[in-house]
Amino acid sequence: MTWFKKEKPAESAPPPRSKSSEGMWLKCNHCREIVYRKEVDRNDKVCPKCEYHFPISVTERIGLLLDLGTFKEWDAGLEAQDPLKFHDTKPYKDRVKAHQEKTGRKDALVIGEGLVNGRRVVLCVFDFSFMGGSMGSVVGEKLCRAIDRALELKLPVILVTTSGGARMQEGILSLMQMAKTSTAVAKLGEAKLPFISILADPTFGGVTASVAMLGDVIIAEPKALIGFAGPRVIEQTIKQQLPDQFQRAEFLLEHGMIDMIVERKRLKETVGTLVNHF
Amino acid sequence: MRDYLEFEKPIREIEEKIEKLSAAATSGKSSSQNDIRKLRTKLAQVEHELYKNLTPWQRTQLARHPQRPSTLDYINELTRDFLELHGDRLFGDDRAIVGGFARFNDRSVMIIGHQKGKTLKERMQRNFGMPNPEGYRKALRLMKMAEKFNRPIMTFIDTPGAYPGIGAEERGQAEAIARNLFVMSRLTVPIIAVVIGEGGSGGALALGVADRVLMLEHSVYSVISPEGCAAILWDNPEKIPDAAAALKMTANDLFELGVIDTIVPEPVGGAHREPRAVCDLVGKALTNQLFDLLDLPVEQLLARREQKYRKMGAVTGLPSGQA
Ligand SMILES: [Zn+2]
Repeated sequence: MTWFKKEKPAESAPPPRSKSSEGMWLKCNHCREIVYRKEVDRNDKVCPKCEYHFPISVTERIGLLLDLGTFKEWDAGLEAQDPLKFHDTKPYKDRVKAHQEKTGRKDALVIGEGLVNGRRVVLCVFDFSFMGGSMGSVVGEKLCRAIDRALELKLPVILVTTSGGARMQEGILSLMQMAKTSTAVAKLGEAKLPFISILADPTFGGVTASVAMLGDVIIAEPKALIGFAGPRVIEQTIKQQLPDQFQRAEFLLEHGMIDMIVERKRLKETVGTLVNHF
Repeated sequence: MRDYLEFEKPIREIEEKIEKLSAAATSGKSSSQNDIRKLRTKLAQVEHELYKNLTPWQRTQLARHPQRPSTLDYINELTRDFLELHGDRLFGDDRAIVGGFARFNDRSVMIIGHQKGKTLKERMQRNFGMPNPEGYRKALRLMKMAEKFNRPIMTFIDTPGAYPGIGAEERGQAEAIARNLFVMSRLTVPIIAVVIGEGGSGGALALGVADRVLMLEHSVYSVISPEGCAAILWDNPEKIPDAAAALKMTANDLFELGVIDTIVPEPVGGAHREPRAVCDLVGKALTNQLFDLLDLPVEQLLARREQKYRKMGAVTGLPSGQA
């Protein structure tokens, strides 16, 4: 596909969008190459050029990690209120409603239980397509409820994160979800139940600075961007260009911040092996 | 010389007039005494009106006032035998956070707080109160030591936020904050936090998980700065005052949202106008809160701390326990 890149600059890359051609091509978020969508789909949504792991939906993630048909969802009905009566260019309530219609979910986290190679686990998955996977009251409460059940049922907890951080529209209450969820993780640890966190692209802000970095074992997907402050904020603060590969999973591994980087096609096997050590 | 904020211009004008007249009076023109008295009355009225109706954005500016009492001011005023302890034993000593043992009401306590610095030079040395991971890890080390020796912990919060830098990310800023939340949630000694100035997001909360959270009247505490919020949600810096209002970041807002326990009142014009009096009020509030917590059995202390945070948030839908 290199001919394609030579002919056109990458930015204008995807061919004109008509019904028939829509979505046939994809531009890789990492290497910027144009790749054939079907090839990416066949490859667990991994770029055939650079091994970048494209975001996958919650349903795809559950399918990837759990034994077929074993997932039982909990508390799918929990919804956000609007404690601040927040209004930016649009009322928060309308924003939530729009995302509910778009995603078919009530908020940005799905929790439940299922089997990983026959082993029962609690699974929590962030939905980036719902307001950037931001953590507000619903996400915090659901994480706590998932951990409560894990404590009752004595099960390991597996968390998959993709999030821009705390949800601004719920103000200070979003910030407090960091304390609330960290308390729950601490209690899980006191009960000697394992907490495995899997960081997918991207994981930032208040989610990284709470539950995501608290895994007994922390796994990241290849090339996932993971950090506290967003790269643009850092660039504006230090007025310097950021080093290549900054905040990528490989950078975090090198700096001792995560345990391993696991390719998608080996993720279930790795998690299965891992939970059997606990 | 006072530092005046932009919105304090009417006050500055009156005070300058008074100063001129006073100077004239001392050089013999005593006819101005009456004018001075009138101006003082007017000043009191203007001040009263101005500070009674502060907008959230004006309050934010007061909370960031360079002369506002800092952690070290409270330590100096309220405690004796303070010994600052340095370093995280891993990487370095972060001067944006100070901490150590001190004697408060004849009791040995651990005090930890952000320190912004007052002069430009000191502010630079202290990175404007924006900690790096080693600051949070120093705080963690001191808190664990307090737990080991069964000393209550008092924290003072005053930071724009955790520092967004390359080194901070390399050394795990997110992990350092997360670890503090995780450990503080289960520390077996009482923790009282006081928001004395600016509570900037996760960088503030990393010293703020506590049994009781106090807040000075004009302090602010928020998930993001009004500047950051205006940039992201409005893409327009002129919307900063709107963002400050929308974020509900004042002491009253946080009290209503159930995030803080007590508001400590400030003198007209803000804490920096009468720092001694403010320190005194904070000291009294700390004494009261500590008194309530000291005799609690550990299990109760932890259960209440957990419940306090568990209740925070606003959700609707199925009740807990129903799958
Ligand atoms: Zn690629």
